[in-house]
Amino acid sequence: MNQFERISTNSEETGQFAAGLAELLHPGDIIALEGDLGAGKTTFTKGLAKGLEIKKNVNSPTFTIIKEYKGRLPLYHMDVYRVADSYEDLGFDEYFNGDGVTVVEWAHLIDEQLPEERLTIFLYRLEEDRRKMVFVPTGNRYEELCKEIFK
Amino acid sequence: MKKELLILGIETSCDETAVAIIKNGREMAANVVASQIESHKRFGGVVPEIASRHHVEQITIVIEEALQQANLTMAEIDAIAVTEGPGLVGALLIGVNAAKALAFAHNKPLVPVHHIAGHIYANRLITELKFPLLALVVSGGHTELVYMKEHGHFEVIGETRDDAAGEAYDKVARTLHMPYPGGPHIDRLAQEGNPTIPLPRAWLEEGSYDFSFSGLKSAVINAVHNAEQRGESIAPEDLAASFQASVIEVLVKKTEKAVAAYGVEQILIAGGVAANKGLRQALEHAFSKNPGIELVIPPLSLCTDNAAMIAAAGSVMFEKGIRAGLDLNAIPGLDIELYNG
Repeated sequence: MNQFERISTNSEETGQFAAGLAELLHPGDIIALEGDLGAGKTTFTKGLAKGLEIKKNVNSPTFTIIKEYKGRLPLYHMDVYRVADSYEDLGFDEYFNGDGVTVVEWAHLIDEQLPEERLTIFLYRLEEDRRKMVFVPTGNRYEELCKEIFK
Repeated sequence: MKKELLILGIETSCDETAVAIIKNGREMAANVVASQIESHKRFGGVVPEIASRHHVEQITIVIEEALQQANLTMAEIDAIAVTEGPGLVGALLIGVNAAKALAFAHNKPLVPVHHIAGHIYANRLITELKFPLLALVVSGGHTELVYMKEHGHFEVIGETRDDAAGEAYDKVARTLHMPYPGGPHIDRLAQEGNPTIPLPRAWLEEGSYDFSFSGLKSAVINAVHNAEQRGESIAPEDLAASFQASVIEVLVKKTEKAVAAYGVEQILIAGGVAANKGLRQALEHAFSKNPGIELVIPPLSLCTDNAAMIAAAGSVMFEKGIRAGLDLNAIPGLDIELYNG
């Protein structure tokens, strides 16, 4: 399995990198975000939103599970931590097959409901503000996307 | 001859199934809450599917109980008020559909209510509102400063840019391996400890009434992590006290600044975190020196989710002529400024 790595020295850099990625995204793209509390999942998504030209403040979706934003492409921001392995129909498919970009925090918790082809990004806290970002693409679309990001 | 207004309110946005009946906007005729906290404890948080299932099981029983408590029949009710959002979609839908069924079966008007408008109007069950006013809304999903120049008009002058205050409490509790819900545990622990660990306060730009609690959460995680690496341990009560001190200082200072800038008559506290003892004490202390401004903090039972607040807000919205059709839907991300009556 191909994987790509990048070290970010602070949250601004993480955000900028995410904004750069956003410029390459297409409708229907799915990004799975993994990382512990405080690893920078929301920071990453804020950067991505900026790159998608979303003006509204993107805050944590933990409480409502799904938040939607309008930008160059719509952004569907999900935190599925509380959904765990329940099989409630939250209409995930409509988002995955929708016209926007879907970002799923704690995605492994709904692994069975996620499309197989996606870009999984693991965020690791190294120390204080330094983070390691590991990109794991599944499927052609995301392999090409990673090559483009890391060229 | 009809002399009183009776509104039945329904609230199912998260983990409480609640129905209440309010007379003339301010008097509680019935207030029933079936809590699910016990069911969610073992999962460390509210599980949406379980929440929806509980609501389905409870809703008709709770409606019956409220009518019995008030000694009223559906025929005597003037309108049904229901939380349309924000909240968990599957949970909201149970309340919305129960309200629609009642409205249809008994031919009653249906009044949609914004959950946060409800939290603010919980204060009207304590005392009459005086405008202009400022509401500090702090809960698991919200941290907002809302300015109201009159009934049914809401302007968000500050909000969280990342985590809500209650969410920061829950996440810090998770880091300290405390059970859900984390807020009360941290609050209690904080009373036993001292704020000896330096933690940041996010003031943001000059003049901003926005909040940010994500940096604080990370700082707490860093403190625990760094201590572990040094083979030391931090006293959890001191960490809780330090965390709580940071949250409260920011909430109180920002509220004070907004109160001064907007020249309000009244300050209302709303939402589950208003149950926090440390926050109550700090607010009382801060505003006691300002006798011209009335500080209202609802009792604990009206801070957490309940339907009395939905019926109270619904009463005002009903009189303003706000109605929903039978096509009313749940809106998980409903914006309070779009709800202005």
